[in-house]
Amino acid sequence: MTDSPVPTDSRQEVIRVEHIAKSFGAVVALVDVSMYLRRGEVLGLIGDNGAGKSTLIKILTGFIKPDAGQIFVNGDEVNLRSVDHARSLGIDTVYQDLALVPGLSVAHNMFLKREVTKGFGPFRMLNNHAMRKRARQYIEGIGIGTLRSVDAEVAMLSGGQRQAIAIARSVHSGAKTLLLDEPLAAMGAKEGEIILDLIQDLKKQGHSMIVVAHNYIHIVEICDRVNLLQHGEITFDKPTAQTSVEELTDLVAAEYRASKQAAAAAAGGS
Amino acid sequence: MAVAEATTRDGGASFGWRLLRWFVRRREASVLIIAVGLFVYFWIANSAFVDRADIKNMTEYGAPIALIAAGEVMLLICGEIDLSLGQLYAFGPIIMYLTSNSSGEAVPGATVAGLGLPIWVGVIFALLACAGIGLATGVITTVFRVPSFITTLGMLFFLNGLNLRLLSGEQIVLPFSQTFQNILGGYGAPNGPFPFYLNSEVYWALFLILLVQFILSYTRWGLHTVATGGNLIGAAESGVNVRKVKIGNFVLAATLAGFAGMMDSERINSIQPLQGGTDIMFLAVAGAVIGGTSLMGGSGTVIGGLLGVSVLVILRTGFNILGVNAYNFDLITGVAIVGAMVLNVQIQRLKNIGKLQ
Repeated sequence: MTDSPVPTDSRQEVIRVEHIAKSFGAVVALVDVSMYLRRGEVLGLIGDNGAGKSTLIKILTGFIKPDAGQIFVNGDEVNLRSVDHARSLGIDTVYQDLALVPGLSVAHNMFLKREVTKGFGPFRMLNNHAMRKRARQYIEGIGIGTLRSVDAEVAMLSGGQRQAIAIARSVHSGAKTLLLDEPLAAMGAKEGEIILDLIQDLKKQGHSMIVVAHNYIHIVEICDRVNLLQHGEITFDKPTAQTSVEELTDLVAAEYRASKQAAAAAAGGS
Repeated sequence: MAVAEATTRDGGASFGWRLLRWFVRRREASVLIIAVGLFVYFWIANSAFVDRADIKNMTEYGAPIALIAAGEVMLLICGEIDLSLGQLYAFGPIIMYLTSNSSGEAVPGATVAGLGLPIWVGVIFALLACAGIGLATGVITTVFRVPSFITTLGMLFFLNGLNLRLLSGEQIVLPFSQTFQNILGGYGAPNGPFPFYLNSEVYWALFLILLVQFILSYTRWGLHTVATGGNLIGAAESGVNVRKVKIGNFVLAATLAGFAGMMDSERINSIQPLQGGTDIMFLAVAGAVIGGTSLMGGSGTVIGGLLGVSVLVILRTGFNILGVNAYNFDLITGVAIVGAMVLNVQIQRLKNIGKLQ
């Protein structure tokens, strides 16, 4: 299952990883992960807490370097050196922790590391006016919540508002490939629907996305294909048309039942 | 419903809450009020306080401390601290002296002889040497992951020993020209009106402090410094090179401290290996904290540091003039530091639970 067949046209894949492994000291996060993301596709990535989903996302965005394995972007093998490097290849990420700075304004967070500047050389200054204006447009464009001001510190905002800012930031980064690590985590039902609509709009505009989510109803609703990550390996890869919420729930629950039975057997045997 | 609620909250907030919010938003303004209040108090208590000599004293005593505080504020904002800035304050002028001293024997029994190069080369060498020390501190802290408290504690002792060796523990009278002395530290029109009788070092310090505040407020470097201290992981995930930001601020703080030392040494026309030291460094940190810079990183201003140092300087001079026991200065400084920090922490807490906007 992990050795996906090489497709006829590798240019159709925006991302492909082969045999990625990553450990943090004694903790093995990823054992041997091979997966791919086609152009214009929405891939759902599911798995238990601690299965390695966030680690995989962070490797794909250049934040963590894998111990082993290869990464291909648009068919070319790359060694992702940094977040900036991945960004230059058109990959941007909404992290699970959102990567917002509480003490900075909404506008500054939206443009962190992509600041709009004016002037040149040593006189290059932040163009706060432009950043405020564009931040306001981006947030209005997403249609979430009513922010009192883009000058407000992120520390003052609710979880849903923060999530919206993090998503707006990635959506407007110019990246064509978006990695969304639990984009609905802090959202209420209504905001969640807005984000789901947004993901479908982005797909129509030609974006490719990997979406990490725990809600299988959402996965089936918005994804073209779903991968299950278990114990650091991809153990399931199917188009969503050929699976169902029940099957996905069963897959993950089966693992829980198996481990419970094993524990019971061990307890009974002793 | 939500709108109505918001209106009552804004319009109906008690005077106390509104006052508190104003103080939070304008931390520097509140420290400025304290500084001005103290100034006026001492002025009324004893008019000698605003004598030309005392004003001059206060500014020349405060200028190097405030300049060191400017660098320390940048470091505190990005989540680090440098305890060795007081030793760099002595190290800078020593390197300047050893580079540019042309007389046959540099220091009686000294380890290193003078190179006799032009004085401007001496200034550049000294700044580069201080920057190099800052670079070393930054690399050890970020690459080898030693807490900066420890790295710079080690650097403090190392530089102290180095300074003593370089000058063989001697005090040296600087041999440089009056012109150079005037430019860098000492000159003030002795009979001129108010701002003109101040020493040139005061203007250097003010210019550099405003420059650092500008960098903090209006450049990408400043924004990345706040981001690094405010959310280290988040800033890194956003692509900010947090290691580079920290190392750069160590270099900046070290260079400013070295320059502060050169200004002061030129003003008094002598250097000694133990000048500055932990006293000047702790006053700079105290000024930064009183001025609203959080030791936990992510917030603070250079102007706030300048105002915090001003409060300390006004207190010390005022006590002198009123003939108050000098022990009281340390006593009050201690209370002011802890008080300011309690305020910092509690304001952050109230902000986090959404009671302050």
